[in-house]
Amino acid sequence: MGQAIAFYTLAAFILGFAVLVVSTKDTVHSVLFLVLDFLFVAALYVLLGAPFLAAIQVLVYAGGIVVLYLFVVMLVNLKRPPEAHQDPHRRTKLGFGLAVAVLLELGAIATYGMTRTGSPLVVPGTNGPLPGNTEQVGWLLYTSYLIPFEIASMLLLVAMIGAIVLAKREL
Amino acid sequence: MIDQFVIPLLKIVVVLNATLLGVTYMVLLERKVIAWAQSRLGPMRVGPYGILQPVADAVKLMIKEDITPVRADKWVFTAAPIISMVPALIVYAVIPFGPTIHLFGRPVSLYIADVNVGLLYIVSVASVGVYGIILAGYASNSKYPLLASLRASAQLISYEVAVTLTLVSVILMARSLSMVSIVNAQYNAGVWFAFVQPVAFVIFFIGGLAETNRAPFDLPEAEQELTGGFHTEYSGMRFALFFLAEYANMIVVSSVATTLFFGGWLRPFPNVAALHFLDVVPSWMWFLVKSFVFLYIFIWVRATLPRYRYDQLMRIGWKLLIPLAIANLVVTGIVKVLIG
Repeated sequence: MGQAIAFYTLAAFILGFAVLVVSTKDTVHSVLFLVLDFLFVAALYVLLGAPFLAAIQVLVYAGGIVVLYLFVVMLVNLKRPPEAHQDPHRRTKLGFGLAVAVLLELGAIATYGMTRTGSPLVVPGTNGPLPGNTEQVGWLLYTSYLIPFEIASMLLLVAMIGAIVLAKREL
Repeated sequence: MIDQFVIPLLKIVVVLNATLLGVTYMVLLERKVIAWAQSRLGPMRVGPYGILQPVADAVKLMIKEDITPVRADKWVFTAAPIISMVPALIVYAVIPFGPTIHLFGRPVSLYIADVNVGLLYIVSVASVGVYGIILAGYASNSKYPLLASLRASAQLISYEVAVTLTLVSVILMARSLSMVSIVNAQYNAGVWFAFVQPVAFVIFFIGGLAETNRAPFDLPEAEQELTGGFHTEYSGMRFALFFLAEYANMIVVSSVATTLFFGGWLRPFPNVAALHFLDVVPSWMWFLVKSFVFLYIFIWVRATLPRYRYDQLMRIGWKLLIPLAIANLVVTGIVKVLIG
């Protein structure tokens, strides 16, 4: 009961801030609503019993990635005169079609997800499931999901090199 | 009921009040120590030996006129000091001032909460604190603060990486993310982690100096270069909030350094039975003394070292501290695997 109240309140805040992200006229305010959104999603992770993921969400997303978004948004002057804005309703049919497609996809994922049950992660060779969220994420990341982990780090390295190449004045 | 609500509430009240009092007196302590380092006396007029100077400072800041710049982003301008202050205060929820003691017949733990990801909570909350600085500079609608806030936030996010890497070495030693477990691990190992991980401690302390915008890394708020940096346009109580947030961050870094590297609430040589007479000093007193030593070192460093130029600062962070921290992590990992 308490959990249901907490979940629906958090969900209402998350959705509300998400709508504000796309509807605010000021770009910096939009980014700030995004930060709030991420903080509430971290609260949702805590509700789901994943404190490690919650802390990482705040540390990486809210505290790292969005800070960099904010740098770019602050430095690029985005104030255009009112006449320069295009008609916001020029692509309504396409937007509607895409929204329906995404909703159908989410519905399919939800129905497929209902049929599987979660179970605590048991490591062969130890007695009982791993004690905490940190241990479970760490174990999975270094055994079952090792190759995606390494590929993700390569991806980040490539992105960093690309950014340096693009931004340096002379190599 | 009492254990779930009343006791934590009382603990929060005590910790918050102690913190805010400590922060206001940190201002006086800094002025006094820097004065003594410069062979002068510091504030002496208000109260005996200047003890009541923070009261005078607080009153002055509260009655100052509250100016908001023209065309400043009002909501963000108001929110920035709050965003700076709140993370500095909520970190105290996981800092352990002592073990579980018995007060009035009930076991009371001398920490507000023992989160099992406590160390990660501290780092993530500190990374949110950067927003206060960025938004303060942006919302002021003025050139000096904008440049200063960009410099300050770039400095902060760079040194966050080095500090977090050193924390990972400590986590490797303690095998846990919870702050209380880290202190207990130091008790079980019989040695404070500063002696086992000296490189990590030094990098953590230097990173802590940079994270709190303290000298010699205080270019973002240097009066000579940037007219006051990101808090130029703030006056009165808003400026006081930034000021207090900086000192609160200093106390947090000292407390975390004490907990992680110097045994938290443990007395020196906690496993040696011959020194049991030292137990007459309560555990939280050891914690406060050790934190106070670090605070004094913060002020001492400010009085002694000249300021680094911004490019030197960034070079130290990226090209010196981060590789050192990674090397320390690798060596720690290898030694742990070999020796266990």
